[in-house]
Amino acid sequence: MLIINCPYCGPRDQSEFSNGGEAHVKRPDGSKEIGDREWGEYVFIRANPKGLFYERWVHTHGCRKWFNCVRDTSTDQILVTYKLDEKKPNLNNFKSVVKTPSGEPEVGSGNFTVEK
Amino acid sequence: MKKKYSIFSLAKNALSGHKEWPKMWRSPEPREFYDVIIIGGGGHGLGTAYYLAKEHGLKNIAVIEKGWLGGGNTGRNTTIIRSNYLWDDSAHLYEHSLKLWENLSSELNYNVMFSQRGVMNLAHNEHDIKEIKRRVSANNLNGIDSFWLSKEEIQKKVPIMNTDNLRYPVLGASYQPRGGVARHDAIAWGFAMRADEMGVDIIQNCEAHQIRTKNGTIEGVETSKGFLRANKIGVVASGHTGVLAESAGIRLPLQSKPLQALVSEPIKPIIDTVVMSSAVHAYVSQSDKGELVIGAGTDSYNSFTQRGGFNIIEDTIRAMVELYPVFGKMKMLRQWGGIVDICPDASPIISKCNIEGLFFNCGWGTGGFKATPGSANVFAYTIAKNEPHQINSAFNLDRFASGRLVDEHGAAAVAH
Repeated sequence: MLIINCPYCGPRDQSEFSNGGEAHVKRPDGSKEIGDREWGEYVFIRANPKGLFYERWVHTHGCRKWFNCVRDTSTDQILVTYKLDEKKPNLNNFKSVVKTPSGEPEVGSGNFTVEK
Repeated sequence: MKKKYSIFSLAKNALSGHKEWPKMWRSPEPREFYDVIIIGGGGHGLGTAYYLAKEHGLKNIAVIEKGWLGGGNTGRNTTIIRSNYLWDDSAHLYEHSLKLWENLSSELNYNVMFSQRGVMNLAHNEHDIKEIKRRVSANNLNGIDSFWLSKEEIQKKVPIMNTDNLRYPVLGASYQPRGGVARHDAIAWGFAMRADEMGVDIIQNCEAHQIRTKNGTIEGVETSKGFLRANKIGVVASGHTGVLAESAGIRLPLQSKPLQALVSEPIKPIIDTVVMSSAVHAYVSQSDKGELVIGAGTDSYNSFTQRGGFNIIEDTIRAMVELYPVFGKMKMLRQWGGIVDICPDASPIISKCNIEGLFFNCGWGTGGFKATPGSANVFAYTIAKNEPHQINSAFNLDRFASGRLVDEHGAAAVAH
């Protein structure tokens, strides 16, 4: 189970939070006509990387505030949490532990939970 | 040479201490070029290779697999097989698969241990009753065996179930007698063996790194064993399909999440059917070894850890113990997670895409095992003919632009 650092309340148990999927998704702003395909992509398609991922959480059973997070989906390690109005951190600041696109990290997956 | 399995071969090999069984498939080094490369050596991928060779006469095929055969979700699911889906499109697809299951052991001459012990889906509230009864009627219109069981009939079939004294009492269930369970390894091994006999190269420990394309046409795939050229590539990599699609510049509407399952210590036969409950989220069957095979849920967040959160197991065990108080003191032996690729409409994608020669069979989410032979069969057709089979034409990628979704959240059992 994850310990998530709410930017407003501090570290709390995952059971207090709900996940909100990918962060920083931009709704088409209506400045130009777009077709069904583009709308479909906005509605249905979200990033799904193995590795570093921007995502949203909400502290449902706490302050009820939304915030953003960078998590490594190959290990579930939470690297940083930040408020919605803060600039999104550059992913180059973090080390990706997955060497090939679908490879397993040395430590941290369900297969290799402890250091060999 | 075609390998034959019978009571005589078993007796013969017993005399030599089971040391003389022939290898079920070769492990060749990859060639430079294949007509078709299937990425993903699970049941769906191996089955696709099998049907490509058997029904479409293709011979120059490879299946590449990152780990070992059937080591992904084929070996991690709870092996439940049924076809009681709501919409016509899904009913036809899953029923096609169920019909193939019914004949598979004799077709492959390899026992996939398909046991049609019936599958029950419980209703715990007024809405469940309406939804399940509607689904039963839809199933009947599609010629699928499915009927409504009253609480008393459930008690007769599963006497250990606590139907009344719990937070969400059991009010009834749908029942599909032709549903059941099968042996997960056997389906992968059976397909692998027979595909191999027809000349398919099965290459394990060969991880696909990048799908290479040129001017909108497929070139091949970079792997840990070098670059393999191909005319066509079928990606059947479950949770990792999205990652591979990304390498070819394609974004798929998939989210990868861990789905967990666990098994108990083995006990004497106590439950002779499969019972699923999506409302309280617990489903259970008993394996031939006597272990209870228990299916838990998916995590709320994307992850590739093949582990899953502990709170998910807690929820499932809580529901199990309430529904079957007799299981309260049992010990659980193992727990694991598999990475499932979930589509927004809880239906799969079996489709070509805008890159010539690139095909996807993915998005099976939390319920792909039951579809293994059917999915493989229609995917092989799609690859061979460059166009979908009638059965999988609705499960294309265009539905996310046209809005013609196949919404199976109700029938998919695991909430997602």
